[in-house]
Amino acid sequence: MPVAESVSPPSTPASAFAPQRLSHLRLLEAESIHILREVASEFERPVMLYSIGKDSSVMLRLAQKAFYPAPIPFPLLHVDTGFKFAEMLTFRDEMARLVGAELLVWRNEAAIAAGTNPIVLDTKRCCGLLKTQALLDALRHYNFDAAFGGARRDEEKSRAKERIYSFRDSAGQWDPKNQRPELWNLYNARIHPGESIRVFPLSNWTEMDVWQYIHEENIPVVDLYFAKERPMYVRPMSTGQDALLPVEQAFVARKGEQPQMIKSRLRSLGCSPCTGAIRSDADTIPAIIAELLSFRSSERANRAIDHDQEGSMELKKREGYF
Amino acid sequence: MAALLAPSLSVGEFLAEEREKDLLRFSTAGSVDDGKSTLIGRLLYDTQSVYEDQVRSIEGKGTTAPGQIDFALLTDGLRAEREQGITIDVAYRYFSTPRRKFIIADTPGHEQYTRNMATGASTADAAVVLIDASKGVLIQSRRHAYIASLLRVRHVIVAVNKMDLIGYGEAVFRAIELDFTSVLNQIAADTGTPVEVRFVPVSALVGDNIVHRSNAMRWYTGPSLLALLESLPSALETRTAPFRFPVQRVLRPDHTFRGFAGQVASGTVRPGDKITVLPSGRSAEVARIVTFDGDLDEALAPQSVTLVLDRELDISRGDLLVSSRAQAVVAKRIQAALVWMDSRPLQRNRRYLLKHTSQTVPAFVSAIKHRTNIGTLAHEAADMLEMNGIGVVSIDLLRPIALDLYRENRSTGAFILIDAETNSTVAAGMITAAKAVAAAGDHFHADAWGPVTAGEREARWGHRGAILEVSGPVELLDSIERSLFSAGVVSVRIEADDETFLLHPGLLEIVTRSQLQSGLLALVVKANEGGALLARTEGQEITLDANDPIRAVSAVHQLLHSAGIFISSERAGL
Repeated sequence: MPVAESVSPPSTPASAFAPQRLSHLRLLEAESIHILREVASEFERPVMLYSIGKDSSVMLRLAQKAFYPAPIPFPLLHVDTGFKFAEMLTFRDEMARLVGAELLVWRNEAAIAAGTNPIVLDTKRCCGLLKTQALLDALRHYNFDAAFGGARRDEEKSRAKERIYSFRDSAGQWDPKNQRPELWNLYNARIHPGESIRVFPLSNWTEMDVWQYIHEENIPVVDLYFAKERPMYVRPMSTGQDALLPVEQAFVARKGEQPQMIKSRLRSLGCSPCTGAIRSDADTIPAIIAELLSFRSSERANRAIDHDQEGSMELKKREGYF
Repeated sequence: MAALLAPSLSVGEFLAEEREKDLLRFSTAGSVDDGKSTLIGRLLYDTQSVYEDQVRSIEGKGTTAPGQIDFALLTDGLRAEREQGITIDVAYRYFSTPRRKFIIADTPGHEQYTRNMATGASTADAAVVLIDASKGVLIQSRRHAYIASLLRVRHVIVAVNKMDLIGYGEAVFRAIELDFTSVLNQIAADTGTPVEVRFVPVSALVGDNIVHRSNAMRWYTGPSLLALLESLPSALETRTAPFRFPVQRVLRPDHTFRGFAGQVASGTVRPGDKITVLPSGRSAEVARIVTFDGDLDEALAPQSVTLVLDRELDISRGDLLVSSRAQAVVAKRIQAALVWMDSRPLQRNRRYLLKHTSQTVPAFVSAIKHRTNIGTLAHEAADMLEMNGIGVVSIDLLRPIALDLYRENRSTGAFILIDAETNSTVAAGMITAAKAVAAAGDHFHADAWGPVTAGEREARWGHRGAILEVSGPVELLDSIERSLFSAGVVSVRIEADDETFLLHPGLLEIVTRSQLQSGLLALVVKANEGGALLARTEGQEITLDANDPIRAVSAVHQLLHSAGIFISSERAGL
């Protein structure tokens, strides 16, 4: 039975006693807080992976909300590849201090000392050592049985199939064909010793939701997201557009490349050698949102690691990557 | 995504508009042949929810004619799926229109994926069932409709796809409509959950009636698939249901504060409300509703909040706080419909862990009443359930839990079973009956089957509780009340201009809300001499010409129906 043509949304404010509606952001917030509380209550040693990016910033705020007025009942863990932007590290330490959370930093010192970088190796092997291996070592070292990550299902095709509680075997691996069914809001937290669960409280958020929430809630984010004159290597690409490579690590430059000052910003934060900037004038959050609305490319289009091979994110995740 | 921001709209206006948007979750199911992935790809593409680099990455690949984009490749995420051309798992998709945000739970349709379908349906407000117009009603469509009904997805949209292949003929569409309506009626009789159904003829490949109305089928005058999805009521019913709050965690930062953190599963709560803690049966008053953003005057489902009570009670994770006026059942023996999800079949007298709200209790399946054959809807005798099997069982719990029947509450009526040895999630369960035990508390007394519930009233009366406000000429108000009465609606007429209500602002709300919670239709009338009739319910309103009473009365029925208040169009008197 089709809806009558005359039915329309209210033209005047709903009467005082009409049931209220919760906006999509409030609904997403409520779901995420529920997940954070479940994990904190059902696991022995949970940890929150804190990557300093906008998604981590939202996740951290949700953790504050979930346990208020009590403190966040688990530590934050940052896996530092040694290639993060200096601004990110300052921001990280400041945020941990502000929210009063315990901050753990883990680096694969052996691989860093051996000169691992994405140019010497390829991005796949570099990520494997500095991110995946470091993460697995840290989880094992501290004996964490659950780790929150800020990944969202809208980011990438294989992530669309990720559960909110993503089961990992004792080697930290993901088996996409053998995932636990996840019904209603009932999550299965049972694991055997050595196994662990990765938990994604922002699963159902989109990039737009994240920015809108940051805007509404006044959540601090790293300055690199805002447009500013920054030194960049400008490299022509086969698509006709230039790639902007931040001047942070000397080995990134190819022969003859000189840094230029470009008004630019980062759309997603990763390691400086593998994260391209975009030309932009967006220096406020509403401006970023306006820019997002006009974008024709997905947010990870500038991230080298997703594209080095067909289905590359899925392969990394199978091996234990977040 | 450019189309979301109309040129005339500033970012400030866009953000203000976004703040008003709600969220609708719907599930889809279909097989490799019926074009489900194409349909979703088309919805995403036509609502500008995919980026150019994602479209570029699939251009020239796939199985469609040269120059045509194979939209299915936008959604088939895993390598195995791309290699075999099938959809294996549940995938979640996101898109948004200027009116609403959507989450799609995209699931495969083959029998071996029944469990994925149930997973997708468990959180859905609506289900889009696909039927291939060139093939008619196949078992896959029946299965999806059955699961949607079993999991109590209230709204079903049947997309009759591939209309282009059959020359856009109306006769085929009408025959499928007739055929599938009778299937749905049989299913409703079996599951006890009627669904609201709408049919749309579409071609996902070409784009007919997906986002835009098609010129190829002028005989179809209804809305496009997207317009239908935009107009469905979202899960409002949970806010008018009795208050339920499973305690997730006790927050005790210091000796001055003791709060109970949880998510409102249904209903609303305010400071001063009397609540009962189950299973203990002790009562208290809500003193504060605490959040990081300050105390609230009211919390409604599904908000996550922290409640502080007016007295010290022994409460821990797993306890259920309920409205003292509408309590839940405390039971150790339940009957439930199960969807079996594990490769190891169900074994009677094997130890399972039953996870219900925020608690986990050891449980044994004592008897399998029957297994349902989804093809024939026959109830077969069975001594086990295998993967993707559906049946009704009796379960004994080692500890009593506080619950509602699933047909009354999708949150406190649902559970999963976990194999205590392998830790796998082995079944989804929906409670169909419960044997109440007397609780330890002094105030609480339940007879053998508990108090009459909102769900029982709804089943008998054909509608749930609601508030309908109407203003217009008094003769027309009388006609509306009479018309609803003759359709069997249990309504109470309240004159909004009554002196009592004018003297006590706020009383009208208390009175109507309590009627709503008892399952009644509170008809709030305001007589005036104007030429217009105004009717409003749950955020929808209509204005009509009072000089055309027949049309006006019928539009009020239609309004209540489209707000999801009636259990079927027949009960709506339409």
